[in-house]
Amino acid sequence: MVAKQLSVFIENRQGRLGEVLNVLKENDINILSLSLADTTEYGLLRLIVNNPELGKEKLTEDGFSTILTDVIVLKITHQSGSLQGLLKILSDNNVNVEYMYGLSIDGEEASVVLKTSNVEMAELVFKNQGVKTLSSKEIEKL
Amino acid sequence: MIWNEAKECMSRDELSALQSSRLVKLVDYVYHNVEFYRKKMQALGLLPGDIKNIEDIVKLPFTTKDDLRENYPFGLFAVPRSQVVRVHASSGTTGKATVVGYTRRDIDVWAECVARCMAMAGITREDTIQVAYGYGLFTGGLGAHYGAEKIGAMVVPMSTGNSKKLTTMMVDFGATAIACTPSYLLHLTEILEQEGLIEQLKLKKAICGAEPWTEKMHKEIEERLHISAFDIYGLSEIMGPGVACDCEFHKGLHVCEDHFYPEVLDSATMKPQKAGETGELVFTTFTKEALPLIRYRTKDLTSIDYSTCECGRTSARISRFKGRVDDMLIIRGVNVFPSQVEAALIDVEEVSPHYMIIVDRVNNLDTLEIQVELNPKYYTDEIRVLEGLNKKITHVLNQALGLNPKVKLVEPQTLNRSEGKSVHVIDKRKLY
Repeated sequence: MVAKQLSVFIENRQGRLGEVLNVLKENDINILSLSLADTTEYGLLRLIVNNPELGKEKLTEDGFSTILTDVIVLKITHQSGSLQGLLKILSDNNVNVEYMYGLSIDGEEASVVLKTSNVEMAELVFKNQGVKTLSSKEIEKL
Repeated sequence: MIWNEAKECMSRDELSALQSSRLVKLVDYVYHNVEFYRKKMQALGLLPGDIKNIEDIVKLPFTTKDDLRENYPFGLFAVPRSQVVRVHASSGTTGKATVVGYTRRDIDVWAECVARCMAMAGITREDTIQVAYGYGLFTGGLGAHYGAEKIGAMVVPMSTGNSKKLTTMMVDFGATAIACTPSYLLHLTEILEQEGLIEQLKLKKAICGAEPWTEKMHKEIEERLHISAFDIYGLSEIMGPGVACDCEFHKGLHVCEDHFYPEVLDSATMKPQKAGETGELVFTTFTKEALPLIRYRTKDLTSIDYSTCECGRTSARISRFKGRVDDMLIIRGVNVFPSQVEAALIDVEEVSPHYMIIVDRVNNLDTLEIQVELNPKYYTDEIRVLEGLNKKITHVLNQALGLNPKVKLVEPQTLNRSEGKSVHVIDKRKLY
């Protein structure tokens, strides 16, 4: 399964990030994880939320540039080398990681969000290796 | 010093008689040598014989930059190519340049006019002058160069680009004068101050032009460099630098009126303004052979003063410019029309046709930022795609403008969409 990431293009100006968060709050959308990539001119806010479709709809209504991107969400154990092992599966199959960030580190397991060059292939190779990738629904329950 | 007292100090009556006879000759010349003017005059039912003296100039049709563009490249030339010894060009709104041509005699007249201007600035054969305007299609470099050579000064043809070399040579050569844009001179001043070279300078005069500058900049240049600064005006369509210049009394720019006839007109009605009233400056070239122009609309706003100057010159003086009739910007000496930006962006489908041009002056150099809205259809969350797009837009605009802008991608629907005439330019330089 792939998960939906909600990405928002935001200009680097004061209060703009807060405005995005405000839209989410008003629509009762919960953020499970986020990553903010910045350049000198603009930022890209990448969000894993409990209802990405609704988030996109509401943010677009408010004039934000948004896009839903397919990402892979994996559970990994708290053991050294576990992430390395998973990423090796991708590189062995010529799939590149474009960016990644952590989602949750509670309990026995951690989870990470991966944006890969070929999301279908990534999903397939993980499936072949018996690695479970989480859907948006499953993420909510984390 | 007055370079050509006979011409620059002749009585207004004598001058008027000279202008009348030159206008009659000019009209006859263009009627028989430039199809564009012949047709325009015929459309107005005018024959060369209808123009008998300078007052009749108001009967003649206007010429605009669009006319030059539509006749690109050589359509308005009055002489065969064999008589043209030089062309210059400036950037145009649709990618096509405005091309101007000169016969050997035109080049001589140009040098004479620039020499008059340099003499107004007190430059003589004893001077060493660095010409730091661009040499090339731009008229600044070669125009100033020929005038300075005519005076007999020692000319150092620096052109632009290498500020460090320029300041080093300024000291080593003991340069006493410099010709460049005022903003570039302030930039050089910064370098000279940083290097602690100001005290070693022999510099006395600067002759600055090619862009509008304020009285404040004028003062700042004079105080920081301990020199006198002079304002030289020109435009390539009329000739290049040397159309007018201010003298040591700084009470307006003396027009080389025996070669270029200035009119100041109400830009709405195109009727003459009274002396002292602001209007659009319009020039007629009396003596140009290759590209004679009749009533060329400069789009620059100024006023005119016909009284004799304290320096003794009787030539009419135009005031420091008060703005533009159109939306043309002059950025680092390059003419930029917002419509050029618009035309260039139409070819980039990843952005919407909305844009904002922000011009500023940072450390005395003009900066150009162009904000464009992402087209939501092409929205991506990959930074490398956005940066690639930024590079592509920068390249497209650089090709169109001849300037390297800083491109800023902004969120859709955020740029000004005011009702009616939308505002596409924020000029923070406050030049007028």
